[in-house]
Amino acid sequence: MERSEFNNGLRAGLSIAIGYFPVALTFGLLAKTTGLSLFEATAMSIFVFAGASQYISLSLITAGVDPLLIVMNTFIVNIRHFLMTASLNEKMQPAPKPIKAAYAFGVTDETFSVIATSKQDKVSSAHAFGVIAIAYGSWVVFTALGHVIGANLPLFLQAAMSIALYALFIALLVPSMKGNRKVVLLASVAALLHCFFYYTELLSTGWAILASTLLSSIIIELVYSKYGRAPIPVVEKEES
Amino acid sequence: MGPTYWWMLFGMALVTYIPRMIPLTVLDGRKLPPLVTGILSNIPFAVLGALIFPAVFYVQEGNFLFGLIGAATAFLIAIFGFGLMTVVLGTIGVLAVYSLFM
Repeated sequence: MERSEFNNGLRAGLSIAIGYFPVALTFGLLAKTTGLSLFEATAMSIFVFAGASQYISLSLITAGVDPLLIVMNTFIVNIRHFLMTASLNEKMQPAPKPIKAAYAFGVTDETFSVIATSKQDKVSSAHAFGVIAIAYGSWVVFTALGHVIGANLPLFLQAAMSIALYALFIALLVPSMKGNRKVVLLASVAALLHCFFYYTELLSTGWAILASTLLSSIIIELVYSKYGRAPIPVVEKEES
Repeated sequence: MGPTYWWMLFGMALVTYIPRMIPLTVLDGRKLPPLVTGILSNIPFAVLGALIFPAVFYVQEGNFLFGLIGAATAFLIAIFGFGLMTVVLGTIGVLAVYSLFM
């Protein structure tokens, strides 16, 4: 019973593993161009397992941002998982706390979406472990592979690669912007605030990103709650 | 990168794990105020805006056009509904051609 539940989880998670392939590969490539060793890059995927914040940390490392600020930015970007595990808690079968604490590590935007939309009324811990195991395996293995490939790229390509991170951010943002004015506003206000902090040299990069993100999220939410519009659902299409 | 990197990694792992773990264990079933959930769900979109601008224009030092072409290409490919990898590779392709001929 437990074993077949785990296998069902593996099958359900296969689409995530395939989806992670290019994203993890790109992360490995970029980590290489940022100057991380194979060991350092793979370790980040092993211990953090949160794509967006891993990518962000690369751009902050390149900008020479204080490591403590990188950690704070990681926190701000990843507190959204709080929402996901809070809602997942309703969907999961009761289990001892150490078991729940263990699969909590593997809750990403994608594993959350797959587990939360599962047809079963209540999802077993074994099923969740299956989904997470295959997604996590793909994330770690393809990070390492991407780093190895990155070491063998010609120079003119490595120069063009410097845009990759931003192209990825744009690719993540644009689908959510379509037909959703709130998302457009959130991104634009944060972008304008960051430009303001950048050109006035009021704050350094790490603080500026932190402040623009929080200010935009709070201002737009206050405006929307004042005019009584429904909040947008939790982001679905974003890597790990 | 040295020991600082490993301390940073440890910090990143910790602050990523805590928000994943608390609702499943400590809170177990308690509800958050709607304003807080609203703000939390806004963060992913706001952070992307702040990350892209203005940094995208400065990816190549002293070459504003390089970043501008890259950003425009990425937006264009993404608007047409292509996936992550197509947007990333397409943009790299356009800029690789630009770097070869300019």
